[in-house]
Amino acid sequence: MATSVIGQTDIAAPAHAASKTGLWSWLTTVDHKRIGILYGASAFIFFLWGGIEALLIRIQLARPENNFLTPDQYNQLFTMHGTTMIFLAVMPLSAMYFNFFVPLQIGARDVVFPRLNAFSFWVFLLGGLFLNSSFLMGAAPNGGWFGYANLSSRQYSPGLNMDFWVLGLQILGIASLAAGVNFFVTILNMRAPGMKLMRMPMFTWATFITQLLVLLSFPVITVALFMLTFDRFVGTSFFSVAGGGDPMLWQHLFWVFGHPEVYILILPSFGIVSEILPVFSRKPLFGYAAMVFATAFIAFLGFGVWSHHMFSTGMGPLADSFFSLATMLIAIPTGVKIFNWIGTMAGGSLQFKTPMLFAIGFVAMFIFGGLSGVMHSSPPADLQQTDSYFVVAHFHYVLFGGSIFALTAGAYYWWPKMFGKMLNETLGKVHFWLMLLSFNITFFPMHLVGLNGQPRRTYWYPKGLGFDLLNLIETIGSLALAVSILVFGVNIIKTWLEDQPEPPADPWGGATLEWTIPSPPDEWNFAKVPQVIARDDVWEKKRLEGAAWTPEGRTDGKGIHLPNPSYWPLVCAIGLTLTFVGLMLSRGPVGPWGIVAGMSLTVLSIFKWAFEPAH
Amino acid sequence: MSAVAIHEVEHDEPVTGIHHRKLAIWTFIGSECLFFASLISVYLVYKGKSLTGPFPKDIFEIPLVTAGTAILLFSSFFVVLALDALRRNDQTKAKIWLGLTVLCGIFFAGMQVYEFQHFVHKGLTMQGNLFGASFYTLTGFHGTHVALGTLWLGTIFIQMLRGEMSPKNAINLETAALYWHFVDVVWIVIFPVVYLMN
Repeated sequence: MATSVIGQTDIAAPAHAASKTGLWSWLTTVDHKRIGILYGASAFIFFLWGGIEALLIRIQLARPENNFLTPDQYNQLFTMHGTTMIFLAVMPLSAMYFNFFVPLQIGARDVVFPRLNAFSFWVFLLGGLFLNSSFLMGAAPNGGWFGYANLSSRQYSPGLNMDFWVLGLQILGIASLAAGVNFFVTILNMRAPGMKLMRMPMFTWATFITQLLVLLSFPVITVALFMLTFDRFVGTSFFSVAGGGDPMLWQHLFWVFGHPEVYILILPSFGIVSEILPVFSRKPLFGYAAMVFATAFIAFLGFGVWSHHMFSTGMGPLADSFFSLATMLIAIPTGVKIFNWIGTMAGGSLQFKTPMLFAIGFVAMFIFGGLSGVMHSSPPADLQQTDSYFVVAHFHYVLFGGSIFALTAGAYYWWPKMFGKMLNETLGKVHFWLMLLSFNITFFPMHLVGLNGQPRRTYWYPKGLGFDLLNLIETIGSLALAVSILVFGVNIIKTWLEDQPEPPADPWGGATLEWTIPSPPDEWNFAKVPQVIARDDVWEKKRLEGAAWTPEGRTDGKGIHLPNPSYWPLVCAIGLTLTFVGLMLSRGPVGPWGIVAGMSLTVLSIFKWAFEPAH
Repeated sequence: MSAVAIHEVEHDEPVTGIHHRKLAIWTFIGSECLFFASLISVYLVYKGKSLTGPFPKDIFEIPLVTAGTAILLFSSFFVVLALDALRRNDQTKAKIWLGLTVLCGIFFAGMQVYEFQHFVHKGLTMQGNLFGASFYTLTGFHGTHVALGTLWLGTIFIQMLRGEMSPKNAINLETAALYWHFVDVVWIVIFPVVYLMN
C-alpha cells in the first residue's frame, strides 16, 4: 500500500482509527509518544521494585548485629538495587521523556526510525525482565553493580548469579545503543524549519549530548562484558590472575564506560530542570550558550576521569594527579550550570508550583552531591572515603537528590501534556516536602557514618562503634521516603480516576513547541509543521503577535501519513533475548537449541522488518 | 512513486542534507570505532603477557593473511564500482562488481575459518593463553562483522538480480558499502598491529 497513497489525502485516516486501542496496538506501536509511556510505566515499576530492595537493605541495617537478611541475600539486594536503579529506572525514565518530548520540541512528527525506537523499548523491557527473573531462581546477581573481576569469575561466583548480570547488561546495552543512533540522527535531521541547533530547547540539547555519551561509552562495556562472558563460559583468562590476566583491566574498561554513564544519568535531568526553571520564573534561561557548552564540556571531560574511581588501587602519583586534576576541572562547567540556574531565578517572578519546587529541590540537593564529589577528586581524601558510606551518601545526593528530583519535576510539569490531566497540586506539594525532608534524613547521616568508617556493602556492623543511632535514623528516613513515593502514587491514581476537563495546550505558559499543540497531542503531533523563528519560540511569537497567538487546535489529521505499526521490532527483541537465555543455559543440553532458535528468529525478523513497507 | 521517494516525502528533507540512513550508519560506525578500539587495546595490553605458548611467531603465516588482506582491500574497491554503476543504472556492471564484492567477503571469511582451524590444530586456543584469548576475540569479532556485511551485501545482490535495485534506492547499497569500508579499515589496523608488529 505504501506505493500508492501519496497524494490521495483521505486514505491515511482509517489506518489511524484502526490502531488506537487494545493490547495489540500497544505491542505493535511505533508512535514515539506511546513508546515513551511504555518506557515510563515499565521504568516506574522497576523503580518501585528497586525501592523495595533498598528498604530491605535499610531494615537489615536498622540495628547493629541484625539477622533480618542473610549475607547472601544482602549481596543480591544491594547488587540488584544499584543495577535496577541505574539501568532499569533512571535511564529509562529519562528515555520516557526524550521519547515523548524530543520530537515535539524539535517540531517533528516522530523519530527518524520509529520501528527501531519500538525495538529499543522491547529489548530494554525484556532485558530488565531477564535480569530480574534471577530472583525466581534464587540466584540474583551478587557481585556489586560494577562486577569487579575475581568476584565475577566462575571460580568465585560459580552460580547463575553473575551469568544473569553479564548477559542482562549486554541485552540492555543493545537497547541503549539502538536508541542512541535513533535520537542522535533524529535531533540532527528532523528539526522543523528554523530550529537551528542554538535554538533547540535545553532538554533536547541534553538528550543529544547524552546520546553521544551512550554511543561512545557503551561499546566499551560491551567489549568488557564479552570478555567476562568468555571467562565464565569458555574458560579464557582475561581477568584471571592464574592465567596471566589482569583484574585491573576490568576496572579500567568498566569505568571508561562507567563514568560517562554517570553523566548519561544526570544530563537529561539537567535538561529537564533547565526547561522548568525559566517557565516558572517567567524569564528566559540565563546564559543559554554557556549552558550548551558547559553540557558538552562535562561530557567531554567525562571520558578523561574514569580512574578517579580507582585511586585506592595504587596507580602511582602521575596517574593519580592527572585524574584528580581532570575531575576537579569538571566542577567548573558544573558550577557554570548551577550559577545559570540561580541566575535564571534571580529577579524572576517565581511561581512555586510543584514542578518548580522539585526543580529548586534538585538544584539544592545537587549542590550537596556535587560538593562531596569534588571532595573525592583529591586522592588522599578519597582514600579515606572510598568504599565507605560517605560515597553512598555522595551518589545518592546526585542520583536521587539530582536525577530523581528532576525526573519527578518533569512528571508534574509534563503530565498534562502526556495524559491530558493535571496532577493534584496539594498532593504534589505534600509529596515534595515529605520527599525533601525524608531524603535528607535518609542520606545525610550516611556522610557521618561513612567518615566514621562504616563500610558500604557490608550486611552487618557490631554494636558500640557509634553507627547505631545514625543507621536507625537513616532507616526511619527511608520509610518516610517510601511514604512520599506512596503520596505520588495516590496522586497518579486519583488523577487517573478523576473526571477532568481537557487541560489547555499550554497550562504553564511554556516556551517550547510541545505547548503549542493539544494535551495530549494527536498521533501526528503537529497538524502543520511549525516554523521556528527564535529560541524560546513560543514566547517570541506571543510577544510579536500578542493576544492573536493561539495554540494549535484539534484536527482530524487527514492527509498526514504516519508510519505503519509493526510487530517485527517485538519479535526481533524476543529473538535476541531468547539467544541470551540460550547462552545462559549453554552449559546444559537445551541451551544451544535456545541460541539457534533465538538467532534464527532474530535474523528472520530483521529480514521481515527490512522488507515490510514502513509507511 | 517508489517507496524511497515516499520515505523522503514523509520525513521531509534531512536538515543536515545527509540522508537519514546514511547519517545513521555514520553514527553507528562512530560507535563501532570505540568497540574495536577497546578490542585492539585489550590485545595490545596483553601482548607478550602470555605465560605459555604458542606465541605469535610460532603460529602466524603472513602470506595467507596478506592474500586475505589484499582480497578485502579489493572488495572495497569493487563495491565503489558497483555503487557507481548502480547510480548510472548500469545493471550489468553493478551486478558484476557487487557479485565480486560478495565473493571477496565469502573468501575472506573462509580464509579466517581455515586460519582458525589451522591455529587450533597447532595448539592455540581461547583457553590456552592470553594471546589465544585476545587474538581470537579481536579477529573473531572482526570476522563476524565481515560475515554480517557479506550477508547484507549478498541480500542486496539478490535484490539486484531480481531487478529491484535502481538509482532511486541506491542509498541501500551506499549504506551497506559504508559499513563494508569501515570493516575493511578496521582490518587495515588489525593486520599490522596483530600480524606484522612482532
